[in-house]
Amino acid sequence: MTLLQVKDLSVTLITAQGPQEVISNINFSMDAGDKLGIVGESGCGKSISALAMMSLLPPDSQTSGKIILEDQDILSLNSTQICSIRGNRIGMIFQEPMTALNPVKKIGAQVSESIDLHMNLNRKQTLERVTELMDKVGLAVSRFPLNLYPHQLSGGQRQRVMIAMAIACNPKILIADEPTTALDVTVQEQILDLIRDLADSSGMALIMISHDLGVIAQTTQNVMVMYTGNIVEMGRTVDVFQNMLHPYTYGLFSAIPHAGSSAQKKRKRLSCIPGQVPELHLRPQGCNFADRCSKVSHKCKAIEPAATKISDQHQVWCYHPLTQEDKK
Amino acid sequence: MRIFLAKRVFTLVLTLLVATLVVFVVLEILPGDPAAVMLGINAEADTLNALREELGLNRPVLIRYIDWVSDLFTGDLGISYTYDVPVSELILSRITVSFPLALLAITLSTLIAIPLGIIAASNHNKPMDFLVMSFSQIGIAIPNFWFAMLLTILFSVTLRILPAGGFAGWDAGIGPVLKSLLLPTIALALPQSAILARVTRSALLEVLKEDFIRTARAKGVNNQGTLWKHALRNALIPVVTIMGLQFSFLLAGTIIIENVFYLPGIGRLIFQAISQRDLIVVKNLVILLAGAVIMINFVVDVLYAVIDPRLRGDKDV
Amino acid sequence: MFRKLAEVFGHGLKNRSFVIGGIISLLFFLVAFLSYFWTPYPVEDINIAERLLKPSTKYLLGTDHFGRDILSMLIKGARNSVIVAFVAIGIGLGCGVPLGLTAAAKKGWVNELIMRFNDFTFAFPSLISAIMITAILGPGSINSIIAIGIFNIPVFARVARGAALSIWKREFILAARSAGKGQFKISVEHILPNISSMLIVQATIQFALGILAEAGLSYLGLGTQPPMPSWGKMLNEAHTFMHFAPQLAIYPGAAIALTVMGLNLFGDGLRDVLDPKLRRSR
Repeated sequence: MTLLQVKDLSVTLITAQGPQEVISNINFSMDAGDKLGIVGESGCGKSISALAMMSLLPPDSQTSGKIILEDQDILSLNSTQICSIRGNRIGMIFQEPMTALNPVKKIGAQVSESIDLHMNLNRKQTLERVTELMDKVGLAVSRFPLNLYPHQLSGGQRQRVMIAMAIACNPKILIADEPTTALDVTVQEQILDLIRDLADSSGMALIMISHDLGVIAQTTQNVMVMYTGNIVEMGRTVDVFQNMLHPYTYGLFSAIPHAGSSAQKKRKRLSCIPGQVPELHLRPQGCNFADRCSKVSHKCKAIEPAATKISDQHQVWCYHPLTQEDKK
Repeated sequence: MRIFLAKRVFTLVLTLLVATLVVFVVLEILPGDPAAVMLGINAEADTLNALREELGLNRPVLIRYIDWVSDLFTGDLGISYTYDVPVSELILSRITVSFPLALLAITLSTLIAIPLGIIAASNHNKPMDFLVMSFSQIGIAIPNFWFAMLLTILFSVTLRILPAGGFAGWDAGIGPVLKSLLLPTIALALPQSAILARVTRSALLEVLKEDFIRTARAKGVNNQGTLWKHALRNALIPVVTIMGLQFSFLLAGTIIIENVFYLPGIGRLIFQAISQRDLIVVKNLVILLAGAVIMINFVVDVLYAVIDPRLRGDKDV
Repeated sequence: MFRKLAEVFGHGLKNRSFVIGGIISLLFFLVAFLSYFWTPYPVEDINIAERLLKPSTKYLLGTDHFGRDILSMLIKGARNSVIVAFVAIGIGLGCGVPLGLTAAAKKGWVNELIMRFNDFTFAFPSLISAIMITAILGPGSINSIIAIGIFNIPVFARVARGAALSIWKREFILAARSAGKGQFKISVEHILPNISSMLIVQATIQFALGILAEAGLSYLGLGTQPPMPSWGKMLNEAHTFMHFAPQLAIYPGAAIALTVMGLNLFGDGLRDVLDPKLRRSR
């Protein structure tokens, strides 16, 4: 059953250079329990699309299209209706655990806040629920009393509190926006495992946003590659990773160092994508990636490519998908 | 929290001691002979000697200082030279005017300023915000004693509904007292609230940009909830700082305003004492005022720690 | 240097506060300057026959209880305000900035000592200092200058220290240090130019506060003494005649309020103009 459907979503933000379209006509859908990854460089629109789903974009931004959660279009709801969805049917984890928690409130109170808002529980039940949540995220109340303040916890522990807050009301979807980027490498693994296990055991859908292909590979079944506000490649994670078709996806992948792999020994230098992400207001007319692409043709610069279906599970927005030859 | 408090109390005591030292040096040592200052240049040698004896000026400086500080603790501050009554009694009777005035003024200004700041911040860049900010610009620029005069001209001279000055006295009951303190309170409070409203607004706007506000909204807290439950307490830190600073301005303001409205408070007393060169009264009043400011700064520091748990110095897990 | 000034000015013209505040402040300084050459009437002239006159074509704003021309007194009072506020800022800058720079450069107990001194000085609002000074020296305009100046010291020390601390963390300071420059040289050659704009903005604000404080002290009779006219003193005299010549209370107060508002607006505008980060976020 389709849980979330995004139809022709476009977002325009007011920036220093005037209004800019940061997401142009993206479409995707996900079923209950799906794990979807959104990957791309910073500024590609991946976080903006997540904020659009939560209706948390700046007030002066303009949105068109539809974001349908079960049977409701999130973009058409009034502020009271949207508040009953946030934290209740969609939970969200942010990138910066250091600043994302209120410094003057106890962690217990911050976790119980969404329960108070969305679940009809008495005080004792709420306390039980909070205790259970803290256990789930690995902050057993015996060691981490609920009256601690955020500054008394480490970054990883704070991110666990964030997760407890996000899943407090058993949301249908959990959005994790770069949940591990700000953390130590050793802690990153634990947090990712925690998020994946929680999603597995509760059956909630997961949207994992990251610039890190490793994170995506580890946690998702489907993946969506974004570049300057467009989806350039989408499909099952295994398919996309085994058979990258868009030159940009391949470029992202080649830019990761593979410690100790045989490929690394053969190849002397780490490759990188030539050129820079174009400024939003300087985006070319055709394919946004044309100026940086090795396979660019006249057509690429003139007309934006439409989706090409490679298989049922794999689509690419490119006139010249990569072949095995190209990847050597 | 305990270590934090101990540290703060230590600096408080130290600051108070330094303050007594400064006041003592300026008013007792720098003038050379305080008795000569008090009696003026034409004083007879006998009278001078008698006053010196009475004030204990013939004793060594250090002893005089220690005596004075211990007198401050016991409250036995000597006899006023001009009023011929104990200084502590004099001060106590005047405080019954000044303290209620200061308290009323700070209460009123907070009650006006914080809601105005919140209204401005939650209507950022809208007409309401512009209105509050304009009020604030004007309020900051108007000297409180001029505002006091304008109020008097309006309510006492033209409309004749409130007294132009004087104090009814506590014996007359709470009603007449409040009536005589009404204009002074407004005159003190409105200009103060202009500054405070501005600080509240900018502190709130700053906090509303923070990540944890977005987190709260992501939990489903509505706009009112984020403002009251999440933003306000964090914004209070700079607001309390300014309120502490304002207290010293408020004391100064009280002194001026008491003179505008002929209120028999500390401010009037200090002026009468200066013009009569009653150094004993001046000395004790100055240390009282400075001490009050220092105490308030101490309270503000403790309040920080109450508002912001990060400052309490508790151990991490 | 000239180009930078022109650039600041160019940005400033787009800022409403900067323009309005700038015009009012400029007018105030021009009036103060004018008093050295011309006032409608000499302010020392006492003319009891023409006392407490209402505004007329002869005396544009009327006369006071000695028959002196109010407009002339206001013009000369502006000069008095400028001098007191200016010298007081000089004291604040001259003592406060070195203190703040030293605190930022040295850290440790020096920093602690300077900061405690700061807190301590804050406990003596200019009025209390002025009261102490008057009690031993008697009243005079020097009192108000010293009292206001003393209160300016911790203000500037705090601003200088805060700004300097953030500059010390920058790369170019690291470069200067690795080139072997001492703390004093770095403070003067690199830190000071970089914090100057913040100091200028603070100076405008302190200028406005200085005018307010001077008016308060003169009103109480602790500041400027006759025959030099001062806005605060004029208000004090007006207070006596409030019941039958309330107009006397209007002009000096309005002059204070207008000037202070102009300077504050100018300071706000200047801050926005000098700080591009703030400019964008507004």
